[in-house]
Amino acid sequence: MKKIAVASGKGGTGKTTVSLLLTLIASKKYKVQLVDCDVENPNCHIFLGSFPIKKEKIGVFYPVINLEKCSFCKKCQEVCEYNCLLVLDDNVLFFPELCHPCKGCLFVCPEGAIDEGKREVGDICWFRESDNIYFNYAVMDVGEARANPLIEELKKNLENDVDLIIFDSPPGANCPMVQAVNDSDYVILVTEPTPFGLYDLKIAWSVVNKLGIPAGIVINRDEGEDKIITDFSSQENIPVILKIPFSLEFARLYSEGVIKADFFPDIEEKMFNIIESI
Amino acid sequence: MKQILIISGKGGTGKTSLTAAITRLYDDIVVADCDVDAPDLHILLKPDIKERSVFKGGKLADIDPEKCTECGKCTEVCQFGAITEDFTVKKFSCEGCGVCVWNCPFDAITMYQKESGEYYISEIENGIMLHALLNPGEENSGKLVTGVKQKALTFAEKRNVEFMLIDGPPGIGCPVISSLSGVDLAVIVTEPTKSGIHDLERVLKAANHFGVQSKVVINKSDLNPENTEKIKGYLDKEDIEVLAEIPFSSRFIEALKQAKTIVDFTPDGIESQCIREIKSKLDKLI
Amino acid sequence: MKIAVTSTGGSLNAQVAPNFGRCAYFIIVNSEDMKFEPISNPGTGMMGGAGPAAARLINDRDCKVLLTGSVGPNAQSALKQFDIEVVTGVSGTVKEAVDNYLETQK
Repeated sequence: MKKIAVASGKGGTGKTTVSLLLTLIASKKYKVQLVDCDVENPNCHIFLGSFPIKKEKIGVFYPVINLEKCSFCKKCQEVCEYNCLLVLDDNVLFFPELCHPCKGCLFVCPEGAIDEGKREVGDICWFRESDNIYFNYAVMDVGEARANPLIEELKKNLENDVDLIIFDSPPGANCPMVQAVNDSDYVILVTEPTPFGLYDLKIAWSVVNKLGIPAGIVINRDEGEDKIITDFSSQENIPVILKIPFSLEFARLYSEGVIKADFFPDIEEKMFNIIESI
Repeated sequence: MKQILIISGKGGTGKTSLTAAITRLYDDIVVADCDVDAPDLHILLKPDIKERSVFKGGKLADIDPEKCTECGKCTEVCQFGAITEDFTVKKFSCEGCGVCVWNCPFDAITMYQKESGEYYISEIENGIMLHALLNPGEENSGKLVTGVKQKALTFAEKRNVEFMLIDGPPGIGCPVISSLSGVDLAVIVTEPTKSGIHDLERVLKAANHFGVQSKVVINKSDLNPENTEKIKGYLDKEDIEVLAEIPFSSRFIEALKQAKTIVDFTPDGIESQCIREIKSKLDKLI
Repeated sequence: MKIAVTSTGGSLNAQVAPNFGRCAYFIIVNSEDMKFEPISNPGTGMMGGAGPAAARLINDRDCKVLLTGSVGPNAQSALKQFDIEVVTGVSGTVKEAVDNYLETQK
């Protein structure tokens, strides 16, 4: 089984487009699972008319304080690096959105006054698009700060009997992006031929490089005159594996929530080359 | 002084191009780039960096191999799978909670504060720009966002400017929440695509959740007029003002390729008229 | 009575800081004799929850009033629990802020 992550520093360069094209094309030969890791704003499901299989709530640990047992010793407050517990004289305040569920309070409490609660932070959904396509996404509840528990849950639910898993990564280059691309065999870095695209590509590449994962570049909305991205590619020795031409017609279809695998006829062969070279 | 945050939920809708263009229309302004993992505003505004400071972000655990007996207690208590089989700390997984330190029977683990990035105080032609760069792969971008905003606020008050503009990060998570805190208005830039609408609804909910009022700019509005009408209908129902509709234009890309803002690239173009329209509506807030 | 003011510097002439949890200093002013004590805010280095932690800090110092630019929602609920009066939208120097506040109390 091969795992490919589709990432980019800058948002809106076409990660979802590339993930979907790759999924649809690859499924002609292989069994594929597409995993949308952009849990803050997942978009893949908009383009897939998938058959839903099930949906579950994702919960994370939170401390339930038993005030009858609590001696208000403040040990939990002291251990918490995130200041999510505030011990008063006769009450304990908990700030859920500050909590990184480290369970430090649970381990330290000398009175056994803390129970393990589960707090809902989002949903995970399973779909079957076709015989050859499994699709999962998770969506974070509005108001929550941390994407990590949702991405972790997605990664616990990978199919065993597929040939290829594709992770559509969140934008940026911080912890959720690292979590999405980590442990893949290959990263496709999607960029656009503008100074913004180049700058953010450099940032994304430095993360992927640090993680030691091989990568290739896809130039989206290519107008045939790019020099800056290809220069960077030869400097850093990362191949440009695909160029997707700019097309207003394609953008219009995209706006309707439609992606056609055969819209650009010559990318199919290149996509298979990418998959088979890993 | 009014703090205005420009966000979009979905990336690539034109937040940064818009922020840069609006910035150029003021005589004196303070602007902050809070998209700290992929900051691009400097490409258009060309700030002259006057001061750099190290940003101390999160903490990391460090295991002393001399003291470690490999008892496995830390692996058992760590909720983030950040300790390897041979008892070293995975830097990208450690969230700095210190649970391992508290639970290590041999005092073999200590926490240290890592340098997670840099932030800059810079001059631009018509004011001050605050920006930062998170080291690749770091967490705690929310804290860096707060740091950048805090610095910007101090300058905004000192210079007595009318507006402080903030270019926000994509998404709705931790850095966005930090960007929203304390602002007077969120300007949400969207596009008439199904994904754009989906993300617009989520970011509006997030702004609302944190008690921030929103107004919307529909970029590339003629890409799909039907969707533009849908967005307007939805916003009308929610009683949210549309500040402008900017037609799809390849001139944004051409300007960007020359690292220019649209109002410098084509001052009389329809795109620039839209930007001035947004500015005049923002001016009414004062 | 003790009044806490968020500040950008360590003196009475420093500017009031616009945020609570992550301001550089707290200046704690005793309204009886106008003596003050500057405290460097440990919250600037915290990983999270600087607001509630700051509320705890000024409560531990027996402050009854907080003068600042703005306060986040978590800090707000913590301050409420501690029964600390919160005045937001404050700017200018620390001294001016305290003088203005005391003026309104007359």
